[in-house]
Amino acid sequence: MTLTANEPSTTGPAGDTSQPLTAQEQQWVDQFMDETTLFLGPDPAIMRSHQITSRSAYEDECISKGVDPIKVDRIRKRLAGALDEGYEMCEAMGAAPGAKWGDLTTAIYTAEGDVTYLSCHGVIAFSAILHHPIRYIMKYWKDEPTVGINPGDGFIHNDARYGNVHNTDQSMIMPIFREGKIIAWVAATIHEGENGACEPGGMPSGSETPFDDGLRMSPFKIVEKGELRRDLLTFLQHSVRDPKLQLADLKVKIGAVQRIQERVDSIIDEVGVETFVAALRVTVEDVEQEVKRRISELPDGTVSFNQFMDSTLKENILIKFACKVTVKGEKMTVDLRGTGPEILNRAINSPLCSVKSMMMQAILAFWWPDLPRCTSAMSPIDIISDEHTWADAGYDAPMGQSLQASFRGFSALQTAFAKMQFSNPEKFSNVLAPWFNQINTFLWGGLTQHGDQVGNLCADLNGMGGGAKAFRDGEDAVSPLFCAMADTAEQEVMEEEVPFMQLVSKRIVRDNQGFGKNSGGMGYEMIVAAEGTPMWGFMTVTSGSKFSSVTGMFGGYGCSTTPLAMVKGINIYDIIRKDSSKFDLSMERIMNEQPYEGGKYTTAHMGLQFDVAKDGEMYMIAQGSGGGYGDVLERDPEAVAKDLELGRISPKVATSIYGVVWDPETFVVDQEATTQLRHDSRQARIARGKPYKEFLEGYVKTEPPKDLLYYGSWGDDTEELTATHFTNNGPERVKATIDKLPLIMLPDRREVKISALEDRIRELELKHGEVVHRKS
Amino acid sequence: MRIPMTEYLIIDLDTERWNCRVCNQDLGEARGNYKEGTLVYDRDPTEIHQSILDPEKYEFTFAPDPTFCRILEFYCPGCGTQLETEYVPPGHPPTVDMLWDIDSLRETWAKRGTKPEVVINYGPGEEAVADFAPALGSHNTHNHSPHSFS
Repeated sequence: MTLTANEPSTTGPAGDTSQPLTAQEQQWVDQFMDETTLFLGPDPAIMRSHQITSRSAYEDECISKGVDPIKVDRIRKRLAGALDEGYEMCEAMGAAPGAKWGDLTTAIYTAEGDVTYLSCHGVIAFSAILHHPIRYIMKYWKDEPTVGINPGDGFIHNDARYGNVHNTDQSMIMPIFREGKIIAWVAATIHEGENGACEPGGMPSGSETPFDDGLRMSPFKIVEKGELRRDLLTFLQHSVRDPKLQLADLKVKIGAVQRIQERVDSIIDEVGVETFVAALRVTVEDVEQEVKRRISELPDGTVSFNQFMDSTLKENILIKFACKVTVKGEKMTVDLRGTGPEILNRAINSPLCSVKSMMMQAILAFWWPDLPRCTSAMSPIDIISDEHTWADAGYDAPMGQSLQASFRGFSALQTAFAKMQFSNPEKFSNVLAPWFNQINTFLWGGLTQHGDQVGNLCADLNGMGGGAKAFRDGEDAVSPLFCAMADTAEQEVMEEEVPFMQLVSKRIVRDNQGFGKNSGGMGYEMIVAAEGTPMWGFMTVTSGSKFSSVTGMFGGYGCSTTPLAMVKGINIYDIIRKDSSKFDLSMERIMNEQPYEGGKYTTAHMGLQFDVAKDGEMYMIAQGSGGGYGDVLERDPEAVAKDLELGRISPKVATSIYGVVWDPETFVVDQEATTQLRHDSRQARIARGKPYKEFLEGYVKTEPPKDLLYYGSWGDDTEELTATHFTNNGPERVKATIDKLPLIMLPDRREVKISALEDRIRELELKHGEVVHRKS
Repeated sequence: MRIPMTEYLIIDLDTERWNCRVCNQDLGEARGNYKEGTLVYDRDPTEIHQSILDPEKYEFTFAPDPTFCRILEFYCPGCGTQLETEYVPPGHPPTVDMLWDIDSLRETWAKRGTKPEVVINYGPGEEAVADFAPALGSHNTHNHSPHSFS
């Protein structure tokens, strides 16, 4: 059961004919409820809202004194400079690997907590999320005698249930006072990684309850009048695997925020408080107006896009992320109904606020990147979502790897926008195929060569392939969807701190391409192996090993699927020390040729829970590709030949997908033969394709394949969700609206495996007539 | 007035029909689902995203699992251009991905007063047009404007 502070006061159940309370009585009830609230959990009134607040009386007063747009612009530019300075401090001094690659943000807010401006670098998604904790602090702690808000105070939080991208991110939020009044807030937030979760690194794929997700920091005061509270710091350090990091980055964030505050002080000294406050508010309001105008320029209509994720990170299932975007005049509605239910013992669920934050990432990084990064950029957009779906999970759902759902929110909006904006002559960004949307990298943890206990991850998650554009190929391994300027870091520097090497790093995997007229940016492979540590392990936390994670655009294809491959039971370092010629590694060669005697070669999906790595055991993964754009038969044959010559694609792909004929010696395209092959390929399509209605009759089924664990609406014309519910009698497929579905939990996969093996043993015993007496 | 709506699809506001931008094939009511005018093929995804790791040895190979994932390919019946693809679970109904308000579209473009086929400069290129010529039984025109066939 979820206890929250804002249960609406009521005069009694429906139909109750008793006297309504007088105003005085209602006040007593409210006061009683306030004073005796058991637990101040996440407040739905705060958490469901992504709209900006209405203008306060003080803001109105400041604005009414006149706003000079030139002055506002100057203030905004100086704020941008101050925020970038704070950002660079975090990046340069931060201890967390995430900080070093730019996975952070600094921001300034209005007094009510609306983000006015975000640093130019960093994670834009935060502009849709950090108003939640500030509103919570203002609502619950401002007038709370045991807390209060004073100059020099700083608040920390990480739990996404109170508003965060995910639980690895830790904030430092500090108010700006003038004459005893809060006039603004400044914050710095860093992807810290380690947070004491059930697995190292802060994004556990294995969490099965919310308590496996690690630190559950609701917003609380950790800096009091400029001093970091040692008792609370110690508690946090005691709760995570990396106490040094916890301290170091708290200091870094406090320093960065205080520096931004100094810059703000000098701006206010120059322009005065009222002009400053007016500038903050006007920026927020102007962005909202401009977003309305831009929406009204889009064609009215509805674009739908469904995604299917293939993993809980423990087993393969299919769970739907449904999305319909409707534009009507200056109103946009995003409807997520039809999305699959939350799974109460798996880590993939996300609170709606985190999904919205990634929608904001699409809006401010991929739709309208020129706008100031304000909360108001999403204000005019209504979002319809059913609570207790995996993209709008309840309080009791684990969320350790919530990016699985929230990144789908990004892809939903990024993908749909290509169709929404194509016919709009006024474009602020390219028409783009889907960006890759998985953080394919290794999380790691254990004892380092220096004896430190650590847990974090490799920056290679930042090497996502970009989506193909209308005019050119997508860039290879260019940047993560959430942070355009993030870096993949210097692995050699990391190797001084952690006891493993990337034996293969950033080598493009042949054919791992989103095929199209313009191809998606390709991903690279990485092979890691640890050595010289008493305890070390790796994890992976993504999906997309059975069902392509991103699709193509306008006839292009999506990405390949990406496997995890491992070679256990060998020590690659010993092997290459004895014979350096063996250091010729690629996932394809190692797995297909199996060159190391005694090795156990296996593949798996990309949800690897913390796996103990013995010295020299190899773990191999690849980044995915962005989606392709346009018909493959339209790709410039010379571009195909170039990819072929560079080993980016195989001869088979060049012929069977792209329909190109070339001279294998010179890579010169045979134009005539290519034209003929492409003509034949188009004719073959016409011959094998079936008219739509006829196709539907043969293809569409009334429910998912029997053995597929499927979650979500089946088709788009139903309010009911399909799900497999595990009962005492085994799995049972159910179909109901979200409010009538049973709680969805999946069985322990090891028990499922043991049960299947036991059945097989009994089958063999029966076959061979062996009688075994077992006691239960 | 013809409005390019995607790389390969155009809406003709005069006839209120979807048309292929490569060959002008009629694809149905502009107020409805253009997919109804297409030819569809249920593609085994392993034919497109082929195994890189040996599928005889391994379950996960870079190729999608065809029991989880199918690729629906939507072709123009006139020229065989692949207008769109869709990744779906086996048997899942195709998504109606676009429905446009034609009256509003007409009003918006009347207000803009510009020629949509001039101001929207994204679209199929030389390869689509070049290859379309043999399908017509005529010579390769190498014309950069796909609309020369309309």
